[in-house]
Amino acid sequence: MMDRKLPKYKVEIDYDKCIKCGRCATNCTFGAIVYDREQNKPIVKDTSNCVACQRCVTFCPVGAISITPYPVVYPAHGTWTPYHIRAIDEQARTGRVLLAGTGCDRPYPCVFDYLVWDACQVTNPAIDALREPVETRTFLGRKKRTIKIKEIAEGCYDIEDLPPGVMLSTPLLIEHMSLGALSYNAITAMLMAVTEVGTLMGTGEGGLHPNHYKFKKNIIAEVASGRFGVSPDYLNVAAIEIKIGQGAKPGHGGQLPGEKVNKLISETRGIPIGTDALSPNPQHDIYSIEDLKTLIDALHEATEYRIPVGVKIAAVNNVAPIASGIVRAGADFITIDGFRGGTGAAPRVIRDNAGIPIEHAVASVDQHLTEEGIRHKITIVAGGTLRSSSDLIKIIALGADVGMIGTAALIAMGCRVCQQCPTGKCAWGIATTDPVLSQRLDVNWAAQRVANLLRAWTHDLEEVLGTMGIDAVESFVGNRDRLRYIGPNPHEAQILGVKHAGERIRLGGH
Amino acid sequence: MDSFTKPLWKVDNSACGIAGFFNLDKKIVSGKKIVKMICTMRERENGLGAGFAVYGLFPKFGDYYCIQLIMEEIEGLPPTKERVEEFLKNHVEIFKEEKVKVNKNVFREYPNVWRFFVYPKDDKVDPDDVIKDVVLKINRKIDGAFCLSSGKNMAVFKGSGWSYEIAKFYRIEEIKGYMWSAHSRFPTNTPGWWGGAHPFSILGHAIVHNGEITSYGTNVEYLKELGYTCDLYTDTEVLAYLFDFFVRKSGYPKNISQQIACVALSPPYWRDIDRMSPKLRKWFTAIRITHRRGMANGPFSIIITTDYPKLAMIGHSDRKKLRPLIAAISESGSTFYLASELNAIHEVDDTMNYWQPDPGSAVIATEEGIVKYGQSRDLEELERLLK
Repeated sequence: MMDRKLPKYKVEIDYDKCIKCGRCATNCTFGAIVYDREQNKPIVKDTSNCVACQRCVTFCPVGAISITPYPVVYPAHGTWTPYHIRAIDEQARTGRVLLAGTGCDRPYPCVFDYLVWDACQVTNPAIDALREPVETRTFLGRKKRTIKIKEIAEGCYDIEDLPPGVMLSTPLLIEHMSLGALSYNAITAMLMAVTEVGTLMGTGEGGLHPNHYKFKKNIIAEVASGRFGVSPDYLNVAAIEIKIGQGAKPGHGGQLPGEKVNKLISETRGIPIGTDALSPNPQHDIYSIEDLKTLIDALHEATEYRIPVGVKIAAVNNVAPIASGIVRAGADFITIDGFRGGTGAAPRVIRDNAGIPIEHAVASVDQHLTEEGIRHKITIVAGGTLRSSSDLIKIIALGADVGMIGTAALIAMGCRVCQQCPTGKCAWGIATTDPVLSQRLDVNWAAQRVANLLRAWTHDLEEVLGTMGIDAVESFVGNRDRLRYIGPNPHEAQILGVKHAGERIRLGGH
Repeated sequence: MDSFTKPLWKVDNSACGIAGFFNLDKKIVSGKKIVKMICTMRERENGLGAGFAVYGLFPKFGDYYCIQLIMEEIEGLPPTKERVEEFLKNHVEIFKEEKVKVNKNVFREYPNVWRFFVYPKDDKVDPDDVIKDVVLKINRKIDGAFCLSSGKNMAVFKGSGWSYEIAKFYRIEEIKGYMWSAHSRFPTNTPGWWGGAHPFSILGHAIVHNGEITSYGTNVEYLKELGYTCDLYTDTEVLAYLFDFFVRKSGYPKNISQQIACVALSPPYWRDIDRMSPKLRKWFTAIRITHRRGMANGPFSIIITTDYPKLAMIGHSDRKKLRPLIAAISESGSTFYLASELNAIHEVDDTMNYWQPDPGSAVIATEEGIVKYGQSRDLEELERLLK
């Protein structure tokens, strides 16, 4: 009795409206609502199972279901809040590490919300993005300081080829999410979307399903510590990324519970059905920056220097010097994942506390690499959690070449951020490997939604660049001059390299 | 009194007039002509700054760098000229120095104008690099001194006032040269700050600029990597340093480096690059990708006058041509003109042929003639030159 979980949400069915069709019960995967054969109507079996995924509410044809916070107050206390009481209760019950999905759900201040941007007035005409070109094309890959030019005959010149790069139609890509963490349909839909839009998606460390090879021009293949699914074919894609860390769980490897490892996942990852796929925390052939260089070189060799090889790290205290080492080790791009970034499964204690915000990380990496004179060599990809196009715009101004989204793409496909990803019970057919649940996601519909989101953010970016009098996104990368800080902490503005709103230091033209 | 050598407010938004001409046969003429050109466009200035750059005025001292400065005394510090001289002596040999003659009846208060003809002591280092660093240090470290120009056989004369006042103050009509550029300013602020006027000059390059660089923040970061520090609070500074990097420090072949610089500063749109021949597409793509942070965004029209790697006058604009620029060549073909407005050219030569350079396309004139017209015919010429 004492082990009983206190409900978080209260589900109610209004039987005056209910037509007893049972759709709610069919759709509930968490056992909150079931269909009672004897009473011949759906009933709330256990409201403590409800996760507020909203599936039943969405599918009820008569609007008979409501979900509200469970009407019970925790005794008022500033320290012993429900967050802590519930966690203690859970760990006292199980004796285990608590697993959590999605990103950090603690209400940390979000630095994006302390930043605003500039616009043209009088001295400088705003550009009308609907009528005039505003360019968002971006190249992922290494760049040189200058172009190597050869004189082949007197007064006649030729240039050497550029280092390998991938052209993106927009400085926005979908970050690594694996088949296994997500359903086959969810992955397929996102791959279709990035192919349509002309950008990239990461495979995560789940390997690549044979049916997905046709999207290879739009795929970044991840080489993570578990090396699941890494094969010559797997590396024959647009770009490769070595995963050192993930924002949601810096220092921790990927985790896929055995319950999610069915035949499909087993074939793609190359592991037996039902085994836990627990990636080691470090890559066991990378204990140092020298080792990282060896792997970068090996992957360059394996792919005959045709495609860029990047390195993904979590945003941690020392991120700037680490990034500098990665550039010097020969990586073609760096992906930085902020501490609010998402995950299919991570120890909650790590998800909620480890790492630093992406805003600080990107600003410090960009400034550090600039001071070292190597910023021009590398493409910086940054994400975790970009919640809107405004976050994308701000992260570019803070120094990222490319922004990446994960959770936002899932939300576009119907995710309600109920944080039950590790359970595999996703009612929306997204974070599950159950073939029946997976079918709930209509691939074409979902692909269109994700493509729409990518396009909409790109249009937002074009509009905003236009109002700032900038007609190509490369003139906005690291352009902190156009941002202003309106938050509570001037020291933070200094770290970001952004002036405070109202400071009279702006200069201009003539 | 406001300072002549340090900005009062670090704010500088404005619209301006620019003009220039280049006698391709290097015939020396007096400054009368350029004064006429710039003063004609009086709607483009508000009396808060003007300046002139002239090439060919020191034929006898052409081997020496001419460091031309404005100076004012700072309370509690030794005389500024002494401090400048002391600093210079550590890095360069002073061959000759002189007071620049000015007209005392124009301004109630004005700075002391002085010039030194110098050459670096250390012959193991690129002399241009030594002079560049000396100039940047004078402007940042020596209170009360501001370096107007530092090239060979060229000088810049500028200050706060109407263009006719500055011309009269520096006795421009008595100076003779074969290439001239001029600027008149319409800022929304910064009275009193003489160093903030144009031309902005480093080594043998001088830039007059009408516009506002919206990519300033990105360009400054890029320049930091390339070894240039920007803190003079004028966005024109980034154009001068970027141009200097592209022509002097990038290692690009001398006879195409000015063209590459112009493409990098204001490259074609991707949609136009995509339509080019494979050969040109490869070049333009490489320049855009490699120097992506060196692109100058926002409205601008500029006149670059330079002696590196060869004497040239370049007119350039942003890709949407949000500031005016018109080019012309005299009937005889010996004088090349650039100006914000046609009336400035008409005022001095009404037989010339003029044309509108395309948006974002540079027009380049050298002693050999016009090598680039800023029009689509340039691409055919390029095609021939590039493999």
